[in-house]
Amino acid sequence: MGQIKLNQVSKSFGETEVIPPLDLTIEDGEFTVFVGPSGCGKSTLLRLIAGLEDITSGHIEIDGADATNVPPAKRGLAMVFQSYALYPHMSVRRNIAFPLKMAGVPADEQDRRITAAAQALNLTDYLDRRPGQLSGGQRQRVAIGRAIVREPSAFLFDEPLSNLDAALRVGMRMEISELHKKLETTMIYVTHDQVEAMTMADKIVVLQAGVIEQVGSPLELYRSPRNKFVAGFIGSPKMNLIEGAEAARHGVHTVGIRPEHIEVSSSDGLWQGKVGVAEHLGSDTFLHIHGIAGCDPMTVRVDGELPVRHGDTVFLTPNETHLHKFDAEGLRIG
Amino acid sequence: MARAVTRQRKMINTAAAWAVGLLIFFPILWTILTSFKPEAQAIADPPIFLGFDWTLENYSVVMERSNYGRFLWNSIVIAGGSTLLGILIAVPAAWSMAFVPSKRTKDILLWMLSTKMLPAVGVLYPIYLLFIQFGILDSKIGLVIVLMLINLPIIVWMLYTYFREIPGEILEAARMDGATLKEEVLYVLTPMAIPGIASTVLLNVILAWNEAFWTLNLTAAKAAPLTAFIASYSSPEGLFYAKLSAASTMAIAPILILGWFSQKQLVSGLTFGAVK
Repeated sequence: MGQIKLNQVSKSFGETEVIPPLDLTIEDGEFTVFVGPSGCGKSTLLRLIAGLEDITSGHIEIDGADATNVPPAKRGLAMVFQSYALYPHMSVRRNIAFPLKMAGVPADEQDRRITAAAQALNLTDYLDRRPGQLSGGQRQRVAIGRAIVREPSAFLFDEPLSNLDAALRVGMRMEISELHKKLETTMIYVTHDQVEAMTMADKIVVLQAGVIEQVGSPLELYRSPRNKFVAGFIGSPKMNLIEGAEAARHGVHTVGIRPEHIEVSSSDGLWQGKVGVAEHLGSDTFLHIHGIAGCDPMTVRVDGELPVRHGDTVFLTPNETHLHKFDAEGLRIG
Repeated sequence: MARAVTRQRKMINTAAAWAVGLLIFFPILWTILTSFKPEAQAIADPPIFLGFDWTLENYSVVMERSNYGRFLWNSIVIAGGSTLLGILIAVPAAWSMAFVPSKRTKDILLWMLSTKMLPAVGVLYPIYLLFIQFGILDSKIGLVIVLMLINLPIIVWMLYTYFREIPGEILEAARMDGATLKEEVLYVLTPMAIPGIASTVLLNVILAWNEAFWTLNLTAAKAAPLTAFIASYSSPEGLFYAKLSAASTMAIAPILILGWFSQKQLVSGLTFGAVK
């Protein structure tokens, strides 16, 4: 079991309210990602759930029981920190054993769980090393191992991959996803990286300034963002938001079109512009097109082999079925 | 670009470092040498560096005339006791300031340090009167308290600096792992802070050992430590340089040996946090 329910939970630091009252339910076994720009309150929200910060008002329920005033250790949650937060003076084995020792688990049971965790995380050869002798990826695995052995009702991840290099990040992303499939335990994962959110989540919670902007599956958020903020935040490269005459033609304040939903032609189309920077990724090329009223530059995703050069004139036509419309408040229409 | 260090430059730097080191050490070396000279040669002009008649007479006279063991014991009790008491008070203080700071924490730290700017003699009179009032004049317990109090700001500051270097996330991880406050302190924080605590202890033992103002003013015969032992040989009737040097050497020898064996610890402790 691992259902977590936030009921009108708010948090203020002194006079500053960082999280206005919010409601959120995380279902048992779900992989939920809190995503948002830095300073949006996503880590604070995770720390409120962990019990590392006291909530200012509201209630937190874990598995149906009120956990608002329950200390962190008694909530049955395990946390993996961005800095790994391993105990530097203990070996890997003792690091992983620490929560078991605190819980008074018998020695033979401790050994069994440590061995199992070490095998699952490829740490068997490193059990007698100190954290300082491990690479970043190995350290993060130890931190995950320390969380697994507790057999918690939910895992909390606070930007666990931010300190790793790009290649390792992709690998660890897969490992965590696989771990979730295997354990089927609730996981809450905080990140500012929308790619991590899209690839890992069952459910994404988009936050801005402590307010939940939208909750939904990755594809729901991609297909029908509730407002301009979510539209701009989910998807890479960002959605093009067009204002002015072009939006007025559709009878709205802003229209949005994703870079992958625009057709490029050298002879004719709806909009005309000049190619600025072209980012060649091999499989795709992202063109930044200048000179289009209401959205400068406009980003377009084209085939990697398309022969275009800086300064070329191109014609663009948006795919009308993928057009997103927003009102003056930035809320979705239709 | 990495700075190129030529062999020649390295040699000049090494020679300069040795020169400065010897310059600083020279008074101590001279004291030690003088302690092995006969009184007449100790005041010879020009001074004799090594070519004197080596003798242990000064040491035997000093040992005969005064009870070195008692002074030494008093020094150990006063320096050790004041440091231990100081650490016991400073650890929880530094702890709360480092991990649960309030808006006034910085002000409190500065205020504590500001007490070190007051000349000691400024509070000699009130403290002397208090000592008479409480009947602790010329007692070890009185000196333990006074030396603890004068060194406490430094102990708190040093420990605060070390504790600040320990990432809060590690303590939070311990809390998530089910550690109580006591277990968190015992199994996680203390082992991580041991190098810092050790160098704080060392520095304070040295400071308390060498403290002369309060130990000379607040003791007479019973509680007098090694500083008083040295002072007793600078008599107004005539200067016995060789005996004074022998007494000084005996007084500083224990702390010199302690310092020598713990120099690595001391240096790493004092530069801790300077480079991150």
